Amino acid sequence: MPARTLYEKIWDAHVVREEPGKPSLIYIDRHLVHEGTSPQAFSGLKSAGRKVRRPELTFAVMDHSVSTKNRALPLLDPDAVAQFDALARNCQECGINLFDMQSRNQGIVHVIGPELGITLPGTTIVCGDSHTSTHGALGALAFGIGTSEVEHVLATQCLTQFKSKTMQIDVQGRRPAGVTAKDIILAIIGKIGIGGGNGHVAEYTGEAVRSLSMEGRMTMCNMSIEGGARAGMVAPDETTFAYVEGKPFAPRGKEFQQAVEYWRSLATDSGAKYDTVVTLRAADLAPMVTWGTNPGMVTQVTSRVPDPSSFSDPVDRKAAESALVYMGLQPGTPIENISVDRVFIGSCTNSRLEDLRTAARVVSGKHVAKSLKQALVVPGSRVVKAAAEQEGLDKVFRDAGFEWRDAGCSMCIAMNDDVLPSGERSASTSNRNFEGRQGKGGRTHLVSPAMAAAAAIEGHFVDIRKWRGAEGVE
Amino acid sequence: MQPFTKHTGLVAPIDRVNVDTDQMVPKQFLKFLTREGYGRVLFYDWRYLPGEKPNPEFVLNFPRYKGASILLARANFGCGSSREHAPWAILDYGIRAILAPSYADIFYNNCFKNGILPVTLSSEQIDELFDRTQKNEGYRLTVCLEHQKVTDDKGLKYSFTIDPFRRDCLLKGLDDIGLTLVHESDIAAFEKKNLHVPAMNSPLDVKYHQS
Ligand code: SF4
Repeated sequence: MPARTLYEKIWDAHVVREEPGKPSLIYIDRHLVHEGTSPQAFSGLKSAGRKVRRPELTFAVMDHSVSTKNRALPLLDPDAVAQFDALARNCQECGINLFDMQSRNQGIVHVIGPELGITLPGTTIVCGDSHTSTHGALGALAFGIGTSEVEHVLATQCLTQFKSKTMQIDVQGRRPAGVTAKDIILAIIGKIGIGGGNGHVAEYTGEAVRSLSMEGRMTMCNMSIEGGARAGMVAPDETTFAYVEGKPFAPRGKEFQQAVEYWRSLATDSGAKYDTVVTLRAADLAPMVTWGTNPGMVTQVTSRVPDPSSFSDPVDRKAAESALVYMGLQPGTPIENISVDRVFIGSCTNSRLEDLRTAARVVSGKHVAKSLKQALVVPGSRVVKAAAEQEGLDKVFRDAGFEWRDAGCSMCIAMNDDVLPSGERSASTSNRNFEGRQGKGGRTHLVSPAMAAAAAIEGHFVDIRKWRGAEGVE
Repeated sequence: MQPFTKHTGLVAPIDRVNVDTDQMVPKQFLKFLTREGYGRVLFYDWRYLPGEKPNPEFVLNFPRYKGASILLARANFGCGSSREHAPWAILDYGIRAILAPSYADIFYNNCFKNGILPVTLSSEQIDELFDRTQKNEGYRLTVCLEHQKVTDDKGLKYSFTIDPFRRDCLLKGLDDIGLTLVHESDIAAFEKKNLHVPAMNSPLDVKYHQS
């Protein structure tokens, strides 16, 4: 057999049927569902008189519109209530596992999948959500789909797919202190552009990636889609196996050992060819801050807001001009001089225990700046929340002037009542700084948890590598 | 699904790169339970001023583009969120075809599921079409999927390529799920074969969460 990449091995293992000139039919091992993109799929299924083929492989959760304040209070938004009710009803009728608002395992779909062992190496995973790419951190093939495809998976447990091109993103050498997984992925997107990965599945390789924890790898894979790649992957290794072992839905005992043996065989063969190769040197990387209205409009914290006239392509120049108008920024402004109104630590990019630990270390014994209107910590899941409370992180955050919330998507997408008001500026650990993403007219700067935490204390961006509170930030 | 064969219509330009699906349908409209009625909210934050008054500066509100059914766009159109609400809104607004130099993968795919034809042309061709649209009020194009051609009545004729399978499904308005279910026996055989592969397609401890 010719040398194959990780992607190709998982693909080959899931082909149900192929015919030359047509997309392949591939089998889906895990289907994740949330309230936002599923109601039309269930109603389509029903009106066609079709059934869910493998309900036990489908897992549903309420995350996008849930309140992060108090689960006991009645929901005020009737549209959100209708959507939650629809999900509960659909899951009940079809026999699908549902983690509802009250479940102790509730959380953001991309946080709970890995955490519960639903996400496993070598599996195919889809969800009606573009950040499904997150799960690739475990060495799974995971990607976002539209609602019509959600319906297709419900009905057939398969998808018709064209094979993607492969892209290796090799981050060479050791990661400098203060440069996190978030900074690496932002630097990658800055380099390849937000459409740079279109048509590709990305595999992250290199020492700087290998040395990341599972949480860090998830942060990187999460934002693959922001570089245009539908999926991002990291080959499973000892770090992966140690993470998976003992997770509630993961195989146990002898089964686990057999699984590990299989998972080991998935790593890209030496000599396998990628369609595109991108390399970065970790030593060149620095903490990153976005200045514009997409994740590719990003620069190092020590740098300045760029001048649109420096862009050679007229289309890019125009985009930069309108981004600066929206963001209310002047060209040439040092990034460290940008002050923020609100800080949001959360989202499927950066809301896991490691992220919260890092942020807590930064803010411990300090207090958020007087000028700050709000500082929010929203754990990615209730499991994360409980673990953080066990360590006393909630107290650290509260003492520093942060609000400590319940799990959900929250201000990443502002479908609940956590909204960035128009004209205000946030430092956010989420993944999208699109216009209006956190609230109409809101201005989002994407950063790592350490950088967001430090910005909360100072009221403006600081270089975490030199900052007084940065001890212990890796 | 509504088939797409050939369509002639007024062209409206969205002269902006990387238009993301958050702009097409902002999050406050993701809470509905149906696929219909999203046309009103297409490009909501750009299109309306407070009180849902049309913003006279937004291109789709220009009287000359009223009734447009072909959208002319820039690179990486439809990036970001996988929300299929975006193509639902485009279709409900009355758009049947999009012309752009490139698209984001999920959006591109979603268009085909909804009877919208996303045509890929070169940047130079797209530049030329922007130019013609700007210069000629009431500029119309014909997009023919059968012959894979984009034409106007002034002699412009561009060919485009498209995957033959996608083309066929769109021409006939085929139901994807129905096509897959024809292969039921292959799916069942695959499941049987892989039942014992550890952690692949194996039933899980489904009682865990019930507490
Ligand atoms: S946290 Fe944000 S990006 Fe992640 S699933 Fe929720 S809304 Fe989407």
